[in-house]
Amino acid sequence: MAVKPEVAHAEHEHEHPRSFWKKYVFSQDHKIIGIQYLMTSFFMALVGGFLAMLIRMQLGFPGLKFYWAQWLFPNGFSGDQMKPDFYLAMVTMHGTIMIFFVLTTALSGGFGNLLIPLQIGARDMAFPWLNMMSYWLYPPAILILLASFFVTGGAASAGWTSYPPLSALRNAVPGSLYGQTLWLISLALLIVAFLFGSLNYITTVLQLRTRGMSMSRLPLLTWAQFITAILMLLSFPVLLAAAIMMLFDRHLGTSFFIPGGLIVGGQPVPHSGGDPILWQHLFWFLGHPEVYVLILPPMGIVSEVLSTNGRKPIFGYFFMIGSLASIAFLSFLVWGHHMFTSGMDPLLGTAFMTTTLVIAVPSAIKTFNWLATLWRAKIRYTTATMFAVGFISLFVTGGLTGIFLASPAIDIHFQDTFFVVAHFHFVMASAALFGLFAGSYHWFPKMFGRLMNERLGKIHFWLTFIGVYATFFPMHFAGTAGMMRRIFSTQMYQFLQPLAGLNIFISIAGFMLGIAQLLFAYNFIYSAFRGPKAGSNPWQANTLEWQAPSPPPHGNWGATLPVVHRWPYDYSVPGAEQDFLPQTAPEQAAPTALGADGAGSASLQVKPRGEEA
Amino acid sequence: MAARIPTLEKPPAPPRGPGGPAGDRGPGHGGEDAVAPATPAKVFVWLFVGTVIVLFAAFTSTYLARRGQPGWTEVPLPPVLWLSTVILAVSSAVLEWARRQGRAGRLDGLRRGLVLTTVLGIGFLASQLVAWRQLVSAGLYLSTDPHSSFFYLLTGAHGLHLLGGLGALLYTGWKVHQIRQSAPAVAFTDPTATYWHFLGILWVYLFGLLFWL
Repeated sequence: MAVKPEVAHAEHEHEHPRSFWKKYVFSQDHKIIGIQYLMTSFFMALVGGFLAMLIRMQLGFPGLKFYWAQWLFPNGFSGDQMKPDFYLAMVTMHGTIMIFFVLTTALSGGFGNLLIPLQIGARDMAFPWLNMMSYWLYPPAILILLASFFVTGGAASAGWTSYPPLSALRNAVPGSLYGQTLWLISLALLIVAFLFGSLNYITTVLQLRTRGMSMSRLPLLTWAQFITAILMLLSFPVLLAAAIMMLFDRHLGTSFFIPGGLIVGGQPVPHSGGDPILWQHLFWFLGHPEVYVLILPPMGIVSEVLSTNGRKPIFGYFFMIGSLASIAFLSFLVWGHHMFTSGMDPLLGTAFMTTTLVIAVPSAIKTFNWLATLWRAKIRYTTATMFAVGFISLFVTGGLTGIFLASPAIDIHFQDTFFVVAHFHFVMASAALFGLFAGSYHWFPKMFGRLMNERLGKIHFWLTFIGVYATFFPMHFAGTAGMMRRIFSTQMYQFLQPLAGLNIFISIAGFMLGIAQLLFAYNFIYSAFRGPKAGSNPWQANTLEWQAPSPPPHGNWGATLPVVHRWPYDYSVPGAEQDFLPQTAPEQAAPTALGADGAGSASLQVKPRGEEA
Repeated sequence: MAARIPTLEKPPAPPRGPGGPAGDRGPGHGGEDAVAPATPAKVFVWLFVGTVIVLFAAFTSTYLARRGQPGWTEVPLPPVLWLSTVILAVSSAVLEWARRQGRAGRLDGLRRGLVLTTVLGIGFLASQLVAWRQLVSAGLYLSTDPHSSFFYLLTGAHGLHLLGGLGALLYTGWKVHQIRQSAPAVAFTDPTATYWHFLGILWVYLFGLLFWL
């Protein structure tokens, strides 16, 4: 069969960049942008992780003398001891960095950019220039955020949720002076970056799928990224609006969120009539979809990794898509469960409780489908597989406490305690992190053409898995005992003093968890240069990205685009010669079709059964 | 000889679309259609409109919640806003006229229409600035009371989006100037026109929200 003219016709005129700057720095190539997002996120993970270590030092060993950290943050310490307001700034920045600057950027910006065009058989995103802009808003946002540590008053310290009036009044806490302004500007920049990315993802998935790649044949990771992009598009503008109004309140004298009659530092506040609860509504209308922005891409990653390494088709493909979509839809109806203690009408609270509990249904469908995919599977225990299984464990553990917290009566007791900290570190933070690791180990060969070290990877997995449980599980007990989050020291109240030992244990586990991540960093950097060469398809996977060379060239597909003939989960098909059938393998195979039916460079690993005779 | 390699894929519910190779269900668009059902730019502009709607929905919900609280005083309506409204409506009409000219193959008309729309857009912004000046001279500033805060915030946010629209119009005008055929020129104008009409509708909505609701 000759090359289909219309396929050849669709050739984009891609200019291949020559200079180093255009190729690796101001690149418009989706793969480079994805790797840039990923690398920058890893850097921010180091920063956020370092802050977490400082937090744990202070909580585990109150009164500890920080000789060395003073050098880095001269304003954060007095007499070698940490100042309480610096502790608040660290908690705020740790949360902000990890949620927005690590997990969102790595999972959506990194894996979305890297894999969407490859998995749908496109040469690049629909708007490469916009894509470049999306990445290049991210480093300035980081600079502005990190600069806030070094301005008068230090970094923002009103929590990652930035509740007014603490965040809206410039003299409320030291971090509210300039740090909060920088926080708002930095977030606004990053939101614009996310919106550029989302617009690109949705348009690309809708418009640039290759021949045969119907929406019902998209890999689940691309489905997850697609739905995540819609979530981001519909939720981040709300935070942008809130941030703009907050900036107006802080600098232009308006009173959107600041009530009248406040007296701060002995001075009456000139504002009147604003409503701090309004901020909470706006923030959580973004904030809750945001946690699904963090968890949906890992769900997609886990689906791909488990199906590939279980050598079985994903169980309930359409239910997987349906549950992704219904989780996304429901995530807009549950924001009030963050505000049960804000004086909410109990009837409204009950409504929010109901919608929240309903989310357990699609979440359980997904968990069930992953387990069913693994049921009686011949699992290849790659590091990625182990992280994917670890994801399920963490997601279930954290999800169960979510059911507790969804109930207003119980939440009133647990509000702002370490029980909540434990809950979201399991279900959202660690689970998303495990998705990030699973994705990194799995797609590393596609990024750099080399394999990561599996032995180091497995040590990394076990240390991380045990470390996460050892660090965050005891926090449930601390929370149940009444230890509040964002508290500077357990020694402040008598009833918390017995928790000192528990906190020492948590801190030591946390340090172990932190140090274990250096293994990953070493493995990642070393393998990128020295790892064994990986072929184009080291995991014998079906999706299109594994049909391209590793790493794929600019434009991804050589002369002709791949043509898709089947869904992505044809593993262990009875009657097939091998246990995987790439999406490019034709259903009706004519002997002449091999390599010349538009699949182009995508060589078929599977020979039709007729040929062997 | 040809043999079938089986699949575990569920068969598609609707019958196979025409044109696809055997075994394909409805194809994607990227590689094969000579004329895609919609260009990426068209999809993009509708998604962008959706984003802007969410932004203003957030402002609106804050506005409505805030208005129900004590201490709310209404700012008098600056009459020049009527002029703004008329200018923006005329600009949309001119843009439609220009697109019709383009569709009829009259590129000159399309170009002239785009220029006129841009000029009217600048006129709208000037008129909004006059409204701001009028309020300021009446002693109503951003921080005076909640209604004036929202007035400046919403008109400012709309104005910024309109400034972006002006940029899009200038870019379109420049591109259309280079394109020799009318069909691609119209195709290039369409997404900009969608956005511009949306800005008009958004303004009418904000005008109603601020002074009539």
